[in-house]
Amino acid sequence: MNDSIVKTLGVAFAICLICSLVVSSTAVSLRDMQNENKANDKRTKILQAAGIFNPELDIKEQFNKLEEKYLDFNSGKLLRGSDLEVFLEEHKGDYDQIAATRKPEYSTSLNSSEDIAIIKNRENVGKFFILRNKDNSIDKIILPVRGYGLWGTLFGYISIEEDFNTVAGLEFYDHKETPGLGAEVDNPKWKALWPGKQLYKNNIVSLEVIKGKVPVDDKNLDYKVDGLSGATLTSRGVTNMLKYWFSDSGYANLFSELEYES
Amino acid sequence: MNLNKYKDVLVKPLIDENPITLQILGICSALAVTNNLSVTMVMCVALTSVVAFSNLFISIIRNHIPSSIRIIVQMTIIASLVIVVDELLKAYDYETSKKLSVFVGLIITNCIVMGRAEAFAMKEKPLLSFFDGLGNGLGYSVILIGVAAIRELFGAGTLFGYEILPLVSNGGWYMANNLLLLPPSSFIIIGLFIWAIRSYKPAQIEEDDFALSKHSTSPDLTKRELNV
Repeated sequence: MNDSIVKTLGVAFAICLICSLVVSSTAVSLRDMQNENKANDKRTKILQAAGIFNPELDIKEQFNKLEEKYLDFNSGKLLRGSDLEVFLEEHKGDYDQIAATRKPEYSTSLNSSEDIAIIKNRENVGKFFILRNKDNSIDKIILPVRGYGLWGTLFGYISIEEDFNTVAGLEFYDHKETPGLGAEVDNPKWKALWPGKQLYKNNIVSLEVIKGKVPVDDKNLDYKVDGLSGATLTSRGVTNMLKYWFSDSGYANLFSELEYES
Repeated sequence: MNLNKYKDVLVKPLIDENPITLQILGICSALAVTNNLSVTMVMCVALTSVVAFSNLFISIIRNHIPSSIRIIVQMTIIASLVIVVDELLKAYDYETSKKLSVFVGLIITNCIVMGRAEAFAMKEKPLLSFFDGLGNGLGYSVILIGVAAIRELFGAGTLFGYEILPLVSNGGWYMANNLLLLPPSSFIIIGLFIWAIRSYKPAQIEEDDFALSKHSTSPDLTKRELNV
């Protein structure tokens, strides 16, 4: 009786219906909390990249100390004055640059020779953060970066000292790399290798993740980071990410812009 | 209602019929998530609730599941429960859910869940099945927590993140054993657990599948000694 075709199909259908209802209603009802968690996690990563995160204080409060800035990648200029007001108005003060890459009116598709980090579409306007000293001079600049690893895009933030050359920290907030191999980009020991490294050598982005360990007596010690063992493609992805984002179509113009501002 | 039956299905899987040490099921997550006690606890709660509720729901509809699609039906129910647990974790304990990463999702393929559904819930009444699931989840938890406690204490000098053995690198005296932070160490620890439990309860020792033949090339020392 149980094995008749009608009963089999009926049971299969009923189970699928009930299970999908349960799964989708949980997913929908918990989405707000999950998004809030994700947003807080991203804020934490930004603060950690800047090296000022204190787990005992409220995340939002700490985050508000950072100054938001907008860079127009196509012109290489910061958005200022009325341009900035129009821009903020358009996005209702809540600009999401990752969402912007999916809309043709807010992004530019890169041709393959330029797109070394394989990000396909680059947003027209990048949102980044500045941490200021008490005397209002720039302490650190925190820039969003992303690039393709092995399984997907790595999303992260890199913070740069005021000389616009020395790395202060690197944090990824989202990636799909293999746990234990590529996902070691989240390993605190590996992340601790980054502060102090130099980005540009003779105006060329030279910082790279190499294969294996950097020898202690290497004369380019400041331009090399130990590779992640078993994750050559992820390591290469991180190198390409830096090469792209600190090139002229990325943040290279930012330094002169910020200097001009102060 | 026979209370002894309930007690049996709840208590027996703890030592006597432990899913990990007797049936050697669910080893994969036991290796992966046991380097930190608090993460392990969350994993244990997640797995226990999935086994208990999948047993309950499967047992409720056991008389209506066509045998030709029963595995698929069980998997659908288990998978839905796992997704619900994963979503709850992402909402209420985001940090731990990030640390557990894929391993919550992998509860779907945990042999304990499927094994109890197929071996117990398909035959027994709902409430009894629920307790059986609970018992097996607890059996899994007991071993995992034991492994995690050893790994965290001797691998990192902490328990639940609190310092117990001050590490040399933090100015203390304890030199951490890094092997214990790597997955293979749980193999060794689980192996030791199995040894301990089987010495205590010899009934669990399995018989050899086949008898070893006498080694013809090995010298018979007793004879030789007699000849001399």
